[in-house]
Amino acid sequence: MSRAADIVVYFAHLAIEQSVINRSLRDAVYDLPRVRLRDLHELYPDFYIDAVTERAVMQAADLIVFQHPIYWYAAPAIFKHFLDTVLTRGYAYGPDGTALHGKDFLLAVSTGAPEEAYRPDGIHHYAFADLIRPIEQTARFCGMNFLPPLVLHGGRSLSHDQISAHALRYRQLLEDYRPTST
Amino acid sequence: MEDHSLLFNAFTYLLAAVIAVPISKRLGFGAVLGYLLAGVVIGPWGLRLIREAEDILHFAEFGVVLLLFAIGLELNPQRLWEMRKPILGLGAAQVIITMLLLAGLGVAFDLSGPIALVAAMGLSLSSTAMALQLLTEKNLLPTPAGHSGFSVLLFQDIAVIPMLAVIPLLSTRVEDVNAGFDWLALLQALAVIVLIVVGGRFVLLPVLRLIAATGLREVFTAFSLLLVIATGLLMQAVGMSMALGAFLAGVLLAESEYRHALESDIEPFKGLLLGLFFIAVGMSIDFGILLRDPLLIAGLALGLVAIKAVILFALGRLYGLPSRQLPLFALVLSQGGEFAFVLFSVAQSTGVFPAAVTDTLIVTVALSMLTTPLLMVVNDRFLEPFLDHAPAPKMDDIEDAGHAVIIAGFGRFGQIVGRLLHANGIDATVLEHDPNHIETLRRFRFKVFYGDACRLELLRAAGAERARLLVVAIDEADAALRLVDLVHQNFPQIKVIARAWDVAHVFELLEHDVDVYERESFEGALRLGEEALKLLGFSAWRAKQAAHLFRAHDEETLREIYRHYHEDFEVRARISADARERLREMMQSDEEHLSIAADEAWHETVSENAPTSR
Repeated sequence: MSRAADIVVYFAHLAIEQSVINRSLRDAVYDLPRVRLRDLHELYPDFYIDAVTERAVMQAADLIVFQHPIYWYAAPAIFKHFLDTVLTRGYAYGPDGTALHGKDFLLAVSTGAPEEAYRPDGIHHYAFADLIRPIEQTARFCGMNFLPPLVLHGGRSLSHDQISAHALRYRQLLEDYRPTST
Repeated sequence: MEDHSLLFNAFTYLLAAVIAVPISKRLGFGAVLGYLLAGVVIGPWGLRLIREAEDILHFAEFGVVLLLFAIGLELNPQRLWEMRKPILGLGAAQVIITMLLLAGLGVAFDLSGPIALVAAMGLSLSSTAMALQLLTEKNLLPTPAGHSGFSVLLFQDIAVIPMLAVIPLLSTRVEDVNAGFDWLALLQALAVIVLIVVGGRFVLLPVLRLIAATGLREVFTAFSLLLVIATGLLMQAVGMSMALGAFLAGVLLAESEYRHALESDIEPFKGLLLGLFFIAVGMSIDFGILLRDPLLIAGLALGLVAIKAVILFALGRLYGLPSRQLPLFALVLSQGGEFAFVLFSVAQSTGVFPAAVTDTLIVTVALSMLTTPLLMVVNDRFLEPFLDHAPAPKMDDIEDAGHAVIIAGFGRFGQIVGRLLHANGIDATVLEHDPNHIETLRRFRFKVFYGDACRLELLRAAGAERARLLVVAIDEADAALRLVDLVHQNFPQIKVIARAWDVAHVFELLEHDVDVYERESFEGALRLGEEALKLLGFSAWRAKQAAHLFRAHDEETLREIYRHYHEDFEVRARISADARERLREMMQSDEEHLSIAADEAWHETVSENAPTSR
C-alpha cells in the first residue's frame, strides 16, 4: 500500500448546491484516506489562489485529479486560472521546472450531452478526446502521465442508479491506483 | 424586636426567601411553597418577626399586577382575540357553575342567601399569582392545559368587576341598598378602558421612544414601572382590578419593539414582589382560627379544593383537553385566590359579612393556596406518569418561535449583515439599544427589539435557547466581549461571530474563543487602498491581487502575533516590524506570490522550451 494521501483531487462546480453528478462523484471519494480533496471555489471564492500552497500540495501527490463538469468544452474558469498561476515556469516547466515530472494525471469529467453528440454529425462536431487535447497536452508538457480520462456523458438524462454506478467506478479507480513510475 | 424598620423588614423577607426557597426547590416542592412556608415561619404565628401581614399583602399584590403585565406582553391583540372562545366559554362556565354550586351548599348549611352568594363568588375565583407562577415555573403555559388555565384566570379577572359592583346591593344596611347599581361607575370603567386602549396606541409608543432615546437604562426601567403603576391606579380608581389594567397595557405593547426590553426590566421586580406576595399569604394564615376549629377549617379548605377541582376536571374534559393534562388543569386552579381576600374585605366593610365569616373564609382560602404546590407535586410524580408517558405536545401560540440567527447591534455594521441575510431569505431577531436605528428599521419591516443585548433575560426573551448563530455587531468593544462570555456560558450551542474593533480587540475576541471575526474598518480601507493603487497606474486586476496578498499576509501576521499574545510588547512589536518588511519584499518580487499570471514566458519573452503564445 502506498503512503497516506498520495492523491489530490481538485474540484470545482459553479452551483454545487444543484449538482447531482459532481456532488455524487465528490462524495464518493472525499473520505478515502489516500485522497486529499481541494474544492477550488470553496478555497478561493475570490479567485485569489494561494499558489505557494497549491504547488506544495501537488508536489506531495503521486496522482493529480481534475474533477469537474465540462463547460464550453473546458473546465470551469477557476481551473484555467489555477493552471495560469500555479504551474509557473521554474516549477512546472522550464529550467528546473520538474516538480510534476513522473506524476500521474487523471481527468474525471461529466458532460450534459450524450456521447453521440461528440461526432462529426453530432451537435458538438468533434470527438470528445479531441476537445480535451489542451489539458492533455498541459499534463504532458509538465512531464505527467495523462491517464485515460474517466468521462460520464449524458448527465442530463441519467438515472440515479447509473450515476451511483459511475461514482462507485470512480471510487474503485482511486482506491486501486498504483503510481505508474515507481 | 419592636423596631420594625423598613430595612429590617426587607432583611427578614429576603433572608426567609433565600433560605426557604432553595430548600423547597431542592425537595421538589417548587418555589411557591417555599415562599408560603417562609411566610408562616416569620409571620405572627411563627417567629413573629413581622406583624403587619395585611399591609404587606396589599403592597405585594403589585407583584400580581406586574405578572399580568408581563403576560400581556406575550399576547398581542390578535392572539387575545383568538382566545375569546376559551375565555368566554370555559372561563364563564367555571365561574358560574362553581359559584352556583358553592352558594347552594352554603344555603344548605344554613348560611343566609347574601352571605352564601358573596362567599361563593369569592371562592369560585382562583389565584392568578399562584397558578401562573406554577405554570411558568414548569414552562407549562404553552401547553393546552396552560392555555386553558390562563383563559379561565383571565375571565375571573374580568368577573371580579361585576362581583365587586354587586356586593353593596346585597348589604342589609339601608344606605348601601339605596345606592343601587352604579351606572356612572360602569360608564367610567368603560371610559378608562377606551382611554388605555387609545392612549396605549397613540401616546405610549412615542413616549417610550422618547424615553429610550435618552439612553439611560434606569429611566427606562422607572418608566416601565411607572407605566404599570399608573395603569393599575387608573383602573383601581374606577373600581376595576389593577391586574386587568396592567394586562391590557401589556397586550397593547405586545407588538412594539420595546416588548423584550419592558419584559426584562419588569422581570426582577415581578419575581421579588410575587415572592413577597406568597410570603404575605403565608403570614396571613391565622393559626388562631385554625387551631380553634381545625376540623372545620381543614374541611372547608379541602372541600373547596375538591369541588373546584372536580368542576374544572369535568369542564376540561368537555372542552377536549388531552386526558393526561386534565389533572394539571384541574389542580392548578383548585385554590381560592387573592381576589377572594379583596371581595371578603369589601363584603365586611359593606356589612354583608360579619367579621367571623371573613376571618374563617380568609384562612380557608390561604390554606387552600398552601395545598396547590403539594397537589402539583402529587400530579407530577404520580398522576401524570400514570396517565401517559408521552411528553406533552407544545403549542407555539403564546411563545414566540424565534429565529435561528440573532444579530446584536443593528447600527451601520449589523444592518449590512442583517440585510444580506434577509435578502437571502434568512430572518434574524435583532437586538438594538439605539432607538434611532429602530426607527429606521421599522420602515424596513425588520423584527427589531429594543434593549441591551448583554442582559441574559433579553437574550432569553429573544429566543437564544433555540438560536444557532449570534452575530455580535454592537459598537462597544467591551460590551461585545461581555456578550460573548454570556452566550458561551449560557447558550453553548450558539456559534458566535463578531465584529472586531481593531487588532487589540481581535486578540481579545480570540482570547474569548471567538475565531470568526471581521475587523470593522479593514475591508473598507483595503478597498480604498486598492482604488488608490489604480489611480496611481496599477491595472484593476493587479491592484486587486495586491489587496488579496495584503489581506492574506496581514491575517497571517495577526495570528502569529497572537501566538505571542501573553509575551511582552517588545516581542510583538518586533514580529510586526519583521512582517511589514517581509510583505514589502514579497510585493516587489511578486512572481511567486501574486496571482497575476506572473509567468512572462506566456506573453513577452519566449524561452527555449516554453511554447509561444499569441
